[in-house]
Amino acid sequence: MKNAKYKAYVKRTPYMFLAPYICLTCIFFLYPLISAVILSFQQTNGPKSRAFVGLSNYAFVLTDPDFRKAVSNTVIYAIFSIFLQLPLSLGLAMLLNTAKDKTKGFFRLIIFSPNLVGQIFVGVIFSVLFVPRYGLFNRFMQDLLRWGLENRWLGNPSLVLPAIIITALWMYVGFNMIYFLAGLQSVDKSLIEAARIDGANAWQVFWNVTLPAIKPVATFVVVMSTIGSFQLFELPFALLKGEFGPSSSGLFIVSYLYSMAFRAGDLGTGAAVGWILTLMIMAISLAQIKISGTMKEGQ
Amino acid sequence: MNRLHIFLLCLAGIFVVLYAMLPKRPHIAFTYLRYVILILIASVVLAPFVWLVCSAFKDPTVLMKYSFLPPPSEWSKELNLKNFIELFKSQPSMEGKVYFWQYIINSLFLAGTTTVVQMFFSSLGGYSLAKYEFRGKKFIMLFMLASMMIPGVVLLAPVYKLIVNIGLMDTYWALVVPGACSVFGMFLFRQAMVGVPNDLIEAGRIDGCSEFSIYLNLIMPLVRPMTGAFCLVVFLGSWNNFLGPQVYINAQSKLTLPVVLNQYVGVYANQYGVFLAGTLLAIIPPAILFFCLQKEFISGLSSGAVKG
Repeated sequence: MKNAKYKAYVKRTPYMFLAPYICLTCIFFLYPLISAVILSFQQTNGPKSRAFVGLSNYAFVLTDPDFRKAVSNTVIYAIFSIFLQLPLSLGLAMLLNTAKDKTKGFFRLIIFSPNLVGQIFVGVIFSVLFVPRYGLFNRFMQDLLRWGLENRWLGNPSLVLPAIIITALWMYVGFNMIYFLAGLQSVDKSLIEAARIDGANAWQVFWNVTLPAIKPVATFVVVMSTIGSFQLFELPFALLKGEFGPSSSGLFIVSYLYSMAFRAGDLGTGAAVGWILTLMIMAISLAQIKISGTMKEGQ
Repeated sequence: MNRLHIFLLCLAGIFVVLYAMLPKRPHIAFTYLRYVILILIASVVLAPFVWLVCSAFKDPTVLMKYSFLPPPSEWSKELNLKNFIELFKSQPSMEGKVYFWQYIINSLFLAGTTTVVQMFFSSLGGYSLAKYEFRGKKFIMLFMLASMMIPGVVLLAPVYKLIVNIGLMDTYWALVVPGACSVFGMFLFRQAMVGVPNDLIEAGRIDGCSEFSIYLNLIMPLVRPMTGAFCLVVFLGSWNNFLGPQVYINAQSKLTLPVVLNQYVGVYANQYGVFLAGTLLAIIPPAILFFCLQKEFISGLSSGAVKG
């Protein structure tokens, strides 16, 4: 049975199994990747005409005030999703961690449920919740804080970004919470007991025992949510009805790319924006992984 | 002071009373506090869903009049199925009349196909990376890792040009084929399959199974939780995908739910009631799937991150 023919067959198999991946990658990843590099050095006017323009697409993008606005909006959004959303997710996970399995599953299900709804749906729903005077959110704010009934969340340039951050908070808090919950499950309970007996208070236990134990998960979540934040597009797109808010207050890097490539038809500039975005994402996620000191693949 | 403030003060008051009455066992008060916070947060998370259900059945003219439902005395006047009736009316288009059923079928077909295709090719690739030693394996894995660093939008413009050039524009091929083999999925399946004992595969070989039938009949049943989790992620992504159909599909009769529903609330339209009724229907399939695959999903999703 184990003749040469059979051995060759077994040897050939992994390549056969990987063939679909290799073919698809060559056609839909490598080839577009190379053409994205070339495209970013070209000017395109419509589908047929194209001319080599060197780095001028990059120069245009980097000096465009709209792009700067997009970068600053994106960075502010990313900062909030890391320093507001993730601590909240962690807090929720810690509240849930000691609960009984059934209760835990119940709350986990509820808090995760917004993720079942697509960003487009969430965006439009929240655009109605944020309506001045009548919107559910405005009414709730009025009841709770006696403030904000007439706020034009999506019409006032200084409120657009907070509105997007609030919407994203509703959507993603539960998603990250699941990761933190899984991480907390792996914390050694006897270690916490020992720290308690030695007289550590709750804060010290959290800082010296829990946090180091969930560091790999935390790194993974921070890197993933930074990458996600930098690619934000559909949520503000739906929230602002396909526009980018008053005085570009809801313009993000990918929205800028979309409007350049598909609204203005300038694929070359779109490709250049894409490469600038890639470099930013790579630089930031490598820095984060370096800082946390746990260089592990997120898989 | 309004009702909300009084309610919150009562909750806080109960905590103070519990804490003061049971000084030796303060953990009871804290357990109470924990559940109060959790229930309040859960209510805030659920509020938009409750609002969505209420709004879908409200008459379009009273959409903004009430926070949730109108008072019971007005129910017969202000609650009706107008939004749903409007939704299921035929729409004129370049290809003749299109009914809402068509979009539901399109979405189901597209999400179903994408899920099956991605699951098959990703698990096949993942199996080969998990259980075979072959030349070039290291290179392929490194290449896959590197390719995950590149955000999808970079390729949006060139892939669009490619799709136009090879004539896949306005077909579902354009949405299914480019992502048919997900790198993320291959890593996920590899992770799950690496732990399967080699003896099992050897036993299969001795019994005369082909390599493909070992993969299909021996390995795949063992990684069912991971398969469930992955399918749910892919289905959700495809079901809710807006940008893909928006860019690649022009014919009205081939569009999917997110794109069509978004047409009701564009810059020139504001049929929010119809949109909300449609959204309510659009949430049902992923919700059913999620309830069925919940356990697999949560363990599958988090196992990757925890193992590191």
